[in-house]
Amino acid sequence: MIDLFDKHQSSVERHARMLQAGADAVGLTSAKLLSPTRAIINGRETVLAGTNNYMGITFDPDCIAAGKQALDAFGTGTTGSRIANGTYGLHRELESELADFLGRQHCIVFTTGYQANLGMMAGLAGPKDTIFLDADSHSSIYDGCTLSGASLVRFRHNDAADLDKRLARHDPQAGGRLVVLEGIYSMIGDRAPLAEFIEVKHKHGFQLLVDEAHSFGVLGPNGRGLADEAGLEADVDFVVGTFSKSVGAIGGFGAGDHPMFNAIRYNSRPYMFTASPSPSSVATSLAAVRKLKAEPQRRHRLAANSRRLFDGFHSLGLETCCDTVSPVIAVKCPDEPSTIGMWNALLEAGVYVNIALPPGTPNRQCLLRCSVSAAHTQADIDRIIELFGDVVASGAKMLDAGQEKMAQRA
Amino acid sequence: MTSSSNEIFAKLSELLMPFNSNGIELKPDTEISVDLDIDSVSVMDFVMEVEDHYNIDIPLNVLADTHTMSDLVKVVEGRIAQG
Repeated sequence: MIDLFDKHQSSVERHARMLQAGADAVGLTSAKLLSPTRAIINGRETVLAGTNNYMGITFDPDCIAAGKQALDAFGTGTTGSRIANGTYGLHRELESELADFLGRQHCIVFTTGYQANLGMMAGLAGPKDTIFLDADSHSSIYDGCTLSGASLVRFRHNDAADLDKRLARHDPQAGGRLVVLEGIYSMIGDRAPLAEFIEVKHKHGFQLLVDEAHSFGVLGPNGRGLADEAGLEADVDFVVGTFSKSVGAIGGFGAGDHPMFNAIRYNSRPYMFTASPSPSSVATSLAAVRKLKAEPQRRHRLAANSRRLFDGFHSLGLETCCDTVSPVIAVKCPDEPSTIGMWNALLEAGVYVNIALPPGTPNRQCLLRCSVSAAHTQADIDRIIELFGDVVASGAKMLDAGQEKMAQRA
Repeated sequence: MTSSSNEIFAKLSELLMPFNSNGIELKPDTEISVDLDIDSVSVMDFVMEVEDHYNIDIPLNVLADTHTMSDLVKVVEGRIAQG
C-alpha cells in the first residue's frame, strides 16, 4: 500500500526546517486582538503589518453593533445554501448596497472571497470556452478556472502584448473568451495596466473580469478599485471582490451589468452547494460598505500611510518589488534561510509581516510583505521602518560583508 | 522518435536548462516536475518559453496530463500541426 502522505514528505521537511529557525510562519496564533493593528502573539504585544486590514474597520463600533444585532435577530448561521433556505433579507440588502456602491446593475454575494472567484469563473466559463489569465493570478482564480472546465491560457504578468499575441492565435469562433486581471496583485502590490489591456479588448473582443480583492475600498475616487481609478469601468464586464480585506469580515462578491448576470446563481456550484454567509458577517459587511462610502478619509489615510512606509523603506536602501505605491509593499530578500531569519527577528522585535516564499511568489523571489492599514498611526509606520532598518537593512549589509569575506578568502 | 521529434526534444532540453539547476540528464521518460524537482509555477514558466519559441499555446489543462519529456514533445508536435 502506498501511504497517501508520502507525497507530502518534502513539504513536511521544509516546514520542520522553518520551525527549527523560530516561529511557525504558517501556523502563527494570535492569542488576543487588541485593535485592528495590535495583537498578542507569543506573549508579546505585536504591531500587525501583514493582515490586509486596509481600512482598519474590524473593530469599528457601528460594524460590531450591526453584527450583534444580526446575531440576535437572525441567529448564528443560516444552515442552508443561497438556493435553498440560506437567502435572508440581509443578503439581498448587502447585494443591493454593493451594486449601488459599484454602480453596477447586479451583484451576487458568496460565502468567502475564494468562493467568489471559484463561483464567478465556473459560472461564466464552461468547457467550450477559453480563459486567458495573468500568470501572477491568485490561487482562487487558478482554481476557479480549473473548476470551470474551460481551456486555460496563461499570459505573461501585466503584459498586454503577450495577451494580444495569444488572442491572435485563438479562433474567436471556438467559444467564449474571458480575460482575468487583478486590480492590485496580492504579493507585490502592482496594478494591472488596465488601459493597455482594454486596447487589446477592443482589438480582439472578449469579456473582461477584474478581481478587485486588494483594490476594493482602496483605489479610485469612489473606492471602487482599479477600474474606478483608471476611469475605465465601462470597459470592465465583471468585478470580483472580497469582504476579508477592506470590509473586515468574510465573504465575497461578483458584480456586472449583463442582463443575464443572475443566471450565475443557478449555474455555479460554489454558489449553490455551500451554506450562505452567516447573518453577523453579512451585517458587519453591510455596515462596512456604507462606511467605505461615507468615510473617504479612510482611504486617504491609507494612501498617506502607504506612502510613508514606501518612502521609509526606500530611504533605508531596501528594494521593494514595485515602484508604484500601494498598501501592499513587499521587500526583496536574498534567500529562504535569511528571509526566515529576518521574519523571526521582526516578530521577536514586535512586528508581524507576511513571509512569502516560492512557489507562492512571482519569479521565485523571497519576500517580506507588508500590508498597510488606515488604522496604523504614524508612530506605527515609523516603528515598522525602524525595525526593518535594524533587521532587514543591516541584515542585508551583514550578508554582503559576509559574501565579500568569502570571496576574499576564495 | 522521428527526426522532428528529436529536434523538439533537443530544443526543449535547451529551454529547460535554466530550470534544471541540479543538472539532471534529460531522457524521453524524464518526469519534468518530479525528476528535476521543480515546482508547478516553474513548470508553467518553462512552458511559456516553449510557447514563445514555437508560437503556440499549450493550455494549462493539457499541461495537467503532460508529465515526461516525451509527453511534452508529443504536445508540441500536435500544437504545431494544429497551426
